[in-house]
Amino acid sequence: MGTVSAASAANKQEGAQSCSSGFAPAPAERVTLGALHFKEANEQVRQALDRVDDVALEDVRAQRYLGCALPAGKRLRIHGTPGNDLACFMDGGTVEVLGNAQDQVGNTMNAGEVIVHGRCGDAAGYAMRGGRVFIRDGCGWRAGIHMKAYDARQPVVVVGKDAGSFLGEYMAGGVFVVLGETGDYLARGMHGGVIYLKNPPRAGALSDEVVLSRVDDADLAVLAPLLAEYDRLFAAELGYRVSAEASEFFRVTPASSRPYASMYVR
Amino acid sequence: MIDFALPRYQVRRDAEECVGCGICVRECANGVHVARSGGTAPKADHQKCVNCLRCVLTCPTRALTITRWPQVDGGSAVWTLEYLQDIATQATSGGVLLSSMGNPLPYPVYWDHLLLNASQVTNPSIDPLREPMETRVFLGGRPVALEIDERARTLRSPLPPQVKLDVPIMFSAMSFGSVSLNTQRALAMAACELGTLFNVGEGGLHRDLERYADHAVVQVASGRFGVDPRYLNAGAMVEIKIGQGAKPGIGGHLPGEKITAEVSRTRMIPEGADAISPAPHHDIYSIEDLRQLVFSLKEATRYEKPVAVKIAAVHNAAAIASGMARAGAEVIVVDGFRGGTGAAPKRIRDNVGVPVELALAAIDQRLRDEGIRSTVSVVASGSIRSSADVVRAIALGADAVSCGSAPLIALGCHQCGDCARGRCNWGIATQRPELIERLDPDEGAERVVNLVRAWTHEIQEMMGGMGINAVDSLRGNRLMLRGVGLTDRELDILGVKHAGE
Repeated sequence: MGTVSAASAANKQEGAQSCSSGFAPAPAERVTLGALHFKEANEQVRQALDRVDDVALEDVRAQRYLGCALPAGKRLRIHGTPGNDLACFMDGGTVEVLGNAQDQVGNTMNAGEVIVHGRCGDAAGYAMRGGRVFIRDGCGWRAGIHMKAYDARQPVVVVGKDAGSFLGEYMAGGVFVVLGETGDYLARGMHGGVIYLKNPPRAGALSDEVVLSRVDDADLAVLAPLLAEYDRLFAAELGYRVSAEASEFFRVTPASSRPYASMYVR
Repeated sequence: MIDFALPRYQVRRDAEECVGCGICVRECANGVHVARSGGTAPKADHQKCVNCLRCVLTCPTRALTITRWPQVDGGSAVWTLEYLQDIATQATSGGVLLSSMGNPLPYPVYWDHLLLNASQVTNPSIDPLREPMETRVFLGGRPVALEIDERARTLRSPLPPQVKLDVPIMFSAMSFGSVSLNTQRALAMAACELGTLFNVGEGGLHRDLERYADHAVVQVASGRFGVDPRYLNAGAMVEIKIGQGAKPGIGGHLPGEKITAEVSRTRMIPEGADAISPAPHHDIYSIEDLRQLVFSLKEATRYEKPVAVKIAAVHNAAAIASGMARAGAEVIVVDGFRGGTGAAPKRIRDNVGVPVELALAAIDQRLRDEGIRSTVSVVASGSIRSSADVVRAIALGADAVSCGSAPLIALGCHQCGDCARGRCNWGIATQRPELIERLDPDEGAERVVNLVRAWTHEIQEMMGGMGINAVDSLRGNRLMLRGVGLTDRELDILGVKHAGE
């Protein structure tokens, strides 16, 4: 897997923007954010989205909350670096980032899709309840914290390279896939959902709250389509594919959905 | 090994009065009363009694009384029977002691050391029965100054969103899961009737309560249960829950057995799995991060709802409140250590946090000193027991108060402190259908409305006696308070003079 630097550096150049996810048709309107304060920026974005369904954001400089509560049928294509809480509370929309993202991508996201052609910061997918997040490169600490599933909603995060420590902390549902290395304190307090790892966890990273196993056919039915989607989105810009390796993955699942059932006494 | 656990209570049955009707057997979900054949008096299993008074109050012949278990301890004021029992329980189980409701220990209750003023001779008292007496308050952020176009008679500076309360009393956050839907329904209906707000807690907004949503505070806690754009935009106000007075610094675990199908749907989590609220919000590690969450909620609600932040009263509450105001919180909610809970570790409930009276006074003073008190609203909660406590809290600096225990007591709660077990005989802290149906929401709402109307009238009487005709004029008016039996340091923190001064 190597380091993130080469690929993401390439992605920052204009030329890399052609490697999209087949995002069609071309955005109907462009909004240049520049040095705008997030409040004004988001207001302009909302106004543009009231007029058209597809909006491209140019010269984005870390404005927070882009794609906040974005409903189904609306799409943002972001050039530059979106700020924290990208796609927070998102409700069915699509956000594609041609660059890196910062902290808390998809915070408390309900539905929709986030695609980042680069890496992202800490706490990606915090409390996510539905939708999918594809990160081409790595992510920071505490990704997937308190992700939860409900009914038909199964949140998915796929991270293409290394993930930091405390991955999947208090994870209560959904699917988290890591194609690189993971850090310490993996899946602490996990009580639902599943984490798929291409590489075995670091020694001592797992507690007895979780169970480590090899993927089986049922897992492959979930994992293989996600890897295929990752390839569809990123293989051209990365120059390699990952979907052929699905059967080599490891699986981390909670030992119990009631981790604290016997913790208390009256 | 002999089981050390003693009963806490003794069930006494008057043999002459008991007619063997068996109502107590049916009413007690804890199985205290065991029927015997042949119409004779039931037998009591004292160990199971939690002193909720359900049997006492439903016994048609008043044959039942609950007393303390008569066993004495060794006479030590250190190794009391309660400590011996707690140690025995933990030695048997290895478990963390779980408790419910607020801190019951005899720490000072500062409300009881604060006396109210009344007008004599020099300014007239006001009779609320024949003169207007304003109890309406508005919660929300306020600009430092207003720009007015005098010619057009319009406001130039935009006013942040406000919520209107017809009475300065709201209902505290209690989630569906910790309490029954009928409890929430009764409080919701009462809030609509009274023109105030109820608070759905961190368990989402049940679809049956959506019709009352314009009187709801929707809460966002670390577990983010039930939080989506529809939820955030449904309520009158959004509240970020950082802490709770009964359990400062820790999260919450709603056990899987309380996650019924309805609770699961409302929280949007699987049925039967533990609902875990982590101790911190993992997107808040600082005041700057709090600002980030405040504004993400503002963005999600298009700046149309006030955003409140609730903290437990702790040692540096005043400095924290200042940071909260600067982080964009428009309503600062401070919950004292006597505030109730459905479940908290006993050692946390009994030992962590500070009285709300001191925290409230310190917060109000700090915000005034910094010149930002007028830009935010302050709400106090945690052991508001009567209208006099409401008046004291407002005079110490609160815009309004939140009450949890008092309206629950109106609904039948007798403070037995056994909420966590989920077998509430009054249909409040339970998800069992046969118990929930004991609480009629219409009747309950009426009782809560009665309580708050009575308090409101008493508040009007007390304000009138002081010569004050609006809650706004009472807020932070500490000259209306005098302390009794307090040290100089306590008086200093409370910002009040001693009685006689």
